[in-house]
Amino acid sequence: MKENVVIIGGGVAGMEAAKQLLTLGYNPVIVERSAQLGGHVAGWHKLFPDMSSAQELVKGLRRDIAEANVFLETRLNSLQRTKSVYTVELNNGVRLTSRAVLIASGFELFDASKKEEYGYGVYDHVITNADLEAWMNGREDNRIPAQPQSIGFVHCVGSRDLKAGNSQCSKVCCTTAIKQAIELKERFPEAEVYCFYMDLRLFGKKYEDFYINAQRDFGVHFIRGRVSEVGETIDGRLQIKAEDTLLGKPLKVQLDLLVLMSGMVCNPIAKQLADKIRLQIDSDGFLKSRDNIAAIGESNQPGIFYAGACTGTKTVPETLAEARAAALSIHTYLMNQ
Amino acid sequence: MTDFGFHLSKSSQLDLSRVDRERLNRLYELEPGARICMTCGSCGATCMAAPYSGMSVRKMLLHIERGLDVKPLLSKCMLCGKCTMVCPRGINTRNLILNVCKLYD
Ligand SMILES: Cc1cc2nc3c(=O)[nH]c(=O)nc-3n(C[C@H](O)[C@H](O)[C@H](O)COP(=O)(O)OP(=O)(O)OC[C@H]3O[C@@H](n4cnc5c(N)ncnc54)[C@H](O)[C@@H]3O)c2cc1C
Ligand code: SF4
Ligand code: SF4
Ligand code: SF4
Repeated sequence: MKENVVIIGGGVAGMEAAKQLLTLGYNPVIVERSAQLGGHVAGWHKLFPDMSSAQELVKGLRRDIAEANVFLETRLNSLQRTKSVYTVELNNGVRLTSRAVLIASGFELFDASKKEEYGYGVYDHVITNADLEAWMNGREDNRIPAQPQSIGFVHCVGSRDLKAGNSQCSKVCCTTAIKQAIELKERFPEAEVYCFYMDLRLFGKKYEDFYINAQRDFGVHFIRGRVSEVGETIDGRLQIKAEDTLLGKPLKVQLDLLVLMSGMVCNPIAKQLADKIRLQIDSDGFLKSRDNIAAIGESNQPGIFYAGACTGTKTVPETLAEARAAALSIHTYLMNQ
Repeated sequence: MTDFGFHLSKSSQLDLSRVDRERLNRLYELEPGARICMTCGSCGATCMAAPYSGMSVRKMLLHIERGLDVKPLLSKCMLCGKCTMVCPRGINTRNLILNVCKLYD
């Protein structure tokens, strides 16, 4: 009989790890709390840097793990260790034993309504990055006007914000903002599009090219200043205030649509898991790896491994690479036991 | 002498070696938040005095840290505290301004 490896979370991290574990001869068991596999990526439309299809990526992974055991809409009831074996109890009554457990519980999108000054859930035309992806995937959204004349993007919503309790940079949202600015310019060529940023962090392969593209080919305006507040005019348009910090002058502009770049924060489950099996939380609120350089995929507990955004903000290729590495680490760990 | 219309412009180059470090360190002691401004501009964006006087906590700090005269900026601040509410670094800007007034006036 093939040996079980329990994977908590069926996002791209959990799926990719399951795929590799199948190849290595194990029986991966994915425990996913939502009704579908794919995690956040299943809600995205096109992925930077090549504008490839998020749906195709998830579909491909689903195909690859057709043989794996998947429990959807399922949660962990308890996780206990006796000697070198973990006993996992699920809320559907199923009980599993596994010598290694992979945590791939990912991140949560910062709840933009917590930043009250941006008016999410208050004003009619304020949406988030995730709402925009859903709309591009075909979900109706009457907050998005038929012919917007001017559109704004607010970077760093809930990230780099000590008051919101998150000091970290979410790292994917600068590139996402530029990607989405271009996508909206493609749909609404007449609209003026403004990105309000504090710093542009375009660290990855070809990300800077997005920036050049947005400037040269799409005429997106980049304004260095954090939006301080959003209001509504009598005729229902949005009015935002920022400072153009490069000129040192306060600035306002009226908009028909405002997109908030909500950041990545750690899934609260991490904290619960941490309490259950004495895992550690890092100073940024994400799960703490045994070593942030040499052993990002390992916890401080034997047999508990990590992959993807549960340990910090990650891009998809980084997540996939970690998932492959985790599968190999698990294999090596089990062979040496 | 014939006036050819030429004149020497005053250089606007900053000279960091002339910054009063002692006074600046004293300010950092009185308001440690002064060290962590990330120049996001939220304070100036929300300040009611900014459109008329050019005041902003960000600018005030930069003036001090680069050795420029800060008095003209300060004169219009109403100490209303709006900038404290929006600062993402949680700096006590009101306390900062009060101490700048003490040390730099
Ligand atoms: C707006 C936005 C756009 C992005 N666009 C791109 C892009 O274009 N290109 C790119 O490279 N990256 C992009 N990213 C980053 C990308 O979304 C992440 O790298 C990726 O989602 C991380 O995958 P993951 O599997 O680690 O986590 P997640 O996607 O968060 O998946 C975690 C899964 O675990 C499940 N889960 C959580 N807790 C439990 C539990 N207790 N029990 C059971 N199941 C649980 C969740 O339901 C979820 O299915 C973007 C991010 C954002 C915010
Ligand atoms: S990636 Fe950009 S938008 Fe996102 S938190 Fe970092 S600086 Fe802000
Ligand atoms: S306290 Fe002074 S600087 Fe701050 S918002 Fe009020 S007037 Fe502007
Ligand atoms: S709001 Fe705070 S961090 Fe931003 S520029 Fe003003 S003082 Fe600095």
